Amino acid sequence: MSDLHVRIWRGDAEGGFSAYQVPRQESQTVLDVVTYVQRQLDATLAYRFACRVGMCGSCAMTVNGVARWTCRTHVSKVIDDQGALEIAPLNHLPIVRDLVTDMAPFFDQWAAASGQFSGAKTRHDDFATVPPDSPARRAIDAAIECIGCGVCYASCDTVAWNPAYLGPAALNRVWTLVQDARDTATLDHLRAVSGDAGCQACHTHVSCAERCPKNISPTVGIAGLKRALTKATLKGQL
Amino acid sequence: MSARLQTWLWIAQRGSAMVLAVCVSVHLVTMVIAVRGGLSAAEILARTQGQLAWLIFYSVFVVTVTVHAVVGLRAVLGETLGWRGWLRDLCLGAFALLLIIVGARAVLGVFGAGQ
Ligand code: SF4
Ligand code: SF4
Ligand code: FES
Repeated sequence: MSDLHVRIWRGDAEGGFSAYQVPRQESQTVLDVVTYVQRQLDATLAYRFACRVGMCGSCAMTVNGVARWTCRTHVSKVIDDQGALEIAPLNHLPIVRDLVTDMAPFFDQWAAASGQFSGAKTRHDDFATVPPDSPARRAIDAAIECIGCGVCYASCDTVAWNPAYLGPAALNRVWTLVQDARDTATLDHLRAVSGDAGCQACHTHVSCAERCPKNISPTVGIAGLKRALTKATLKGQL
Repeated sequence: MSARLQTWLWIAQRGSAMVLAVCVSVHLVTMVIAVRGGLSAAEILARTQGQLAWLIFYSVFVVTVTVHAVVGLRAVLGETLGWRGWLRDLCLGAFALLLIIVGARAVLGVFGAGQ
């Protein structure tokens, strides 16, 4: 197998790409390539990963222009005919160094969107009964496996155009709470995702759903939030 | 501007889009039929003038165009030019007024008032 021609972003926002030759291997992931560069070619390369099996959400990068989870992205899936691979940090987030972005703005939006559960029960109460096949529970099933990787956030044009926009992941999280029969703060959640920075700002581009490695469709959840918000507003509840 | 008002603007934008879908269709179909039928502008006006139904129809049209255009422009200015805040909203308010005035003149012409 021939070598891969890899270009990796070095430095902060003012940085640029550096070129590396990396031996091609069977079943090689993009994270393997980055790890090879860091271990064999340049120990100063900064990047982030933890689980390597698609659970932690820390390894997302821009690979040949597209945001992806690198630990589960096979090189064969993304290289072009020339064997070129370009790896950059995620879009829409401040670059700390090399491939590491500051995820704080991303998670701050979860807090701003009221992404916390609020229930009324204590440990002394009995379990809540939620029928597994109820529409609300199914809607939650479709949205709950988010690993917080930021791929959707980096892929959303609205995030670029509207810096205050809460973004697909935070809104997706709030959608699961609004559907949660145990959550007692539905109106607070809806209030938090209303307005110019909220769910109404979504253009239904569907890039988030297209790119989400967990096959979640934040677009569907956001559409649900828009409906719930409209209903509550028309009823004068907000 | 409060998030609540922003939500109302968004609802107005969606609502006006639905009304506009009907208005634009009626307007276009009527125009095509009239022009294909060989009617001149003067002949069309002779048929609309004094008709309360057309007055109401085009008044609704103008109001929904104003709402839809101004709220849409507000988002475009924010997202494309990064222009947000009270000054933008004030300018848009003035623009809405302009649309209403120009539209009202056209509607009154179609209805034949002031002649
Ligand atoms: S559907 Fe909405 S949240 Fe998803 S990428 Fe498009 S604008 Fe962003
Ligand atoms: S919704 Fe998908 S793409 Fe977005 S943070 Fe969660 S897992 Fe990642
Ligand atoms: S390293 Fe955990 S998801 Fe990729």
